[in-house]
Amino acid sequence: MTSLHTGAAASASAPASASADDRTAGAAPGPAPRTRDPRRARRAAGLAVRYLLLTAVLVLTVGPFLWQLSTSLKGNGERVFGYPPQLVPHHPTLRHYGEVLDTVPVLRYAGNSLVVAVGSVVTNCLFGSMAGYALARMRFRGRAVAVGVFLATMIIPFESIMVSEFLVARSLHLTDTLLGVMLPLAASGLSVLLMRNAFRRLPAEVEEAAVLDGAGEWQRFRSIALPSARGTLAAVAVFSFVFAWDDFLWPLVVLSDPAHYTLTVGIQYLSGTFTNDQRVIAAGTMMAVVPLLALFFALQRLFFRGAGEGAVKG
Amino acid sequence: MTGRRWYVPWLFLTPALAVATAFFLVPFANTVVLSFTDASTLGGGTFTGLHNYVRLAHDPDFWLSVRNTALYVAVVVPCMVVLPLLLAVLVQRRVAGIGFFRAVFYSPVVASMVVAGLIWSWLLSSDGLVNSLLRGLHLVDAPLPFLTDARMLLLGSMAMTVWKGLGYYMVVYLAALANVPRSLLEAAEVDGAGPVRRFRSVTLPLVRPTMVLVATLSAIAGAKVFAEVFTLSSGTAGPGGEARTLVYTIRETGLGLGGEAGYASAMSLVLFLGTLGLSVAVTRLNTREERA
Repeated sequence: MTSLHTGAAASASAPASASADDRTAGAAPGPAPRTRDPRRARRAAGLAVRYLLLTAVLVLTVGPFLWQLSTSLKGNGERVFGYPPQLVPHHPTLRHYGEVLDTVPVLRYAGNSLVVAVGSVVTNCLFGSMAGYALARMRFRGRAVAVGVFLATMIIPFESIMVSEFLVARSLHLTDTLLGVMLPLAASGLSVLLMRNAFRRLPAEVEEAAVLDGAGEWQRFRSIALPSARGTLAAVAVFSFVFAWDDFLWPLVVLSDPAHYTLTVGIQYLSGTFTNDQRVIAAGTMMAVVPLLALFFALQRLFFRGAGEGAVKG
Repeated sequence: MTGRRWYVPWLFLTPALAVATAFFLVPFANTVVLSFTDASTLGGGTFTGLHNYVRLAHDPDFWLSVRNTALYVAVVVPCMVVLPLLLAVLVQRRVAGIGFFRAVFYSPVVASMVVAGLIWSWLLSSDGLVNSLLRGLHLVDAPLPFLTDARMLLLGSMAMTVWKGLGYYMVVYLAALANVPRSLLEAAEVDGAGPVRRFRSVTLPLVRPTMVLVATLSAIAGAKVFAEVFTLSSGTAGPGGEARTLVYTIRETGLGLGGEAGYASAMSLVLFLGTLGLSVAVTRLNTREERA
């Protein structure tokens, strides 16, 4: 809610400065605008338009979240539809959040998602950086083939192999287990190639001293290379976490017992099977998205870095 | 740096290679093989040659999925190439509060597709916010069937994809815009070029490779569209499954009890070749235009 206010305030103050050369705007800050400077006026108008556009996009991006939040907080007697829409609940209540907890084991689903996401972070960071290190810092026969394998995993869409993926998971007795959800995500080609690029950027001298000291490959990897690449490592961690937490299709395919559902599948299950009450569904979606939004606002920099590096690929 | 023992690099590579092999290479090879058989998910299957592919050619559900998916790509890709670029230009200047705007614009990217789907299905339902506004402003008499008409359902899914992807590609474009040298823009300004002219003549040619990248990424993502349609329609892909997409049909055909794994594998290969074709096509289109 506060976000909308700031946006509105920004756009409201901008037009005021745009009309600074009006007689009525005597209180406007800055030097007395007696001399009409067309350039400054134009710049102020440009700024006003800029904030207006920013606010418009802000409403479009954050509006759906806020509407859902508002719906989840409305009491049973309050209308959730009709015109004009009512954004601020008159009698805000948290009871629908309790109802979600009573209807489906959301906390258990969240726990399952957390296990999968944390597991994915650990394995992607460890396996991804190990493989990336070998590909970047060692010369050996077959390296090009190994790079090719990781590139191939990025080119083959998961959706086009999911039927066979399910068959593989079943033959390994991994269906209906969290391990089954986790393993295919355990070392993505993206993690490997991002780490490879990070290790490649390290100057050779960094490791030379260690080589002279007789440090083995593992030691060099652990105590020199890995700490130097921790920026990319953090981006890989964030990437893996969000991907695993948000993943929907694979858990939907590999899990059939509701007890093992992850949060995404569980929330979909809640809305389809148990309730048509929009307030309860809204509460469920809020419970699924708020932790992730909080994580994002806390670690923004890493998210942006991940997006930038992820798009550029190998 | 040369490993002293030949196997050392492979020790480093083993875990990641094992995952890639077990969960990508093997399933992919298996998909190719199964596509020439009549295997079910329960097992078995005999070699049937090209039978699955012939069947595909005469399967109306498959063609409907292909048409819907193609339409999806055709609408979403131009939106994804253009809108986030404009947005990136809008948030590029470091005016007060811009960090806040950038972060909020990115927030839909972080939400899972299911969350987005539930939020949007509430927005678009017959008594949802969008219909309330349209009716309240007397733009329509009856609620628009966003979720119950196949065309509208696809349209809603596209809107949702764009809403959710805007911030991601905005960040990608921001990185590209940061590499446009200021001196060039200033030189153009000295030469009397207005903002629009500067954007067209200086910025646009320099971010072009990024536009191609975004086109490729969003085309591939569009070809794989599933969760949007699935969540907006509560798993039905609209009345009679009329809004089905390729991935939707693959899942419906190939998974579950007695799923036709062989036939679905043939569809899967079409999807794979489709994504491959899309990335080649985008690159081709680009090089041809560059030459022109």
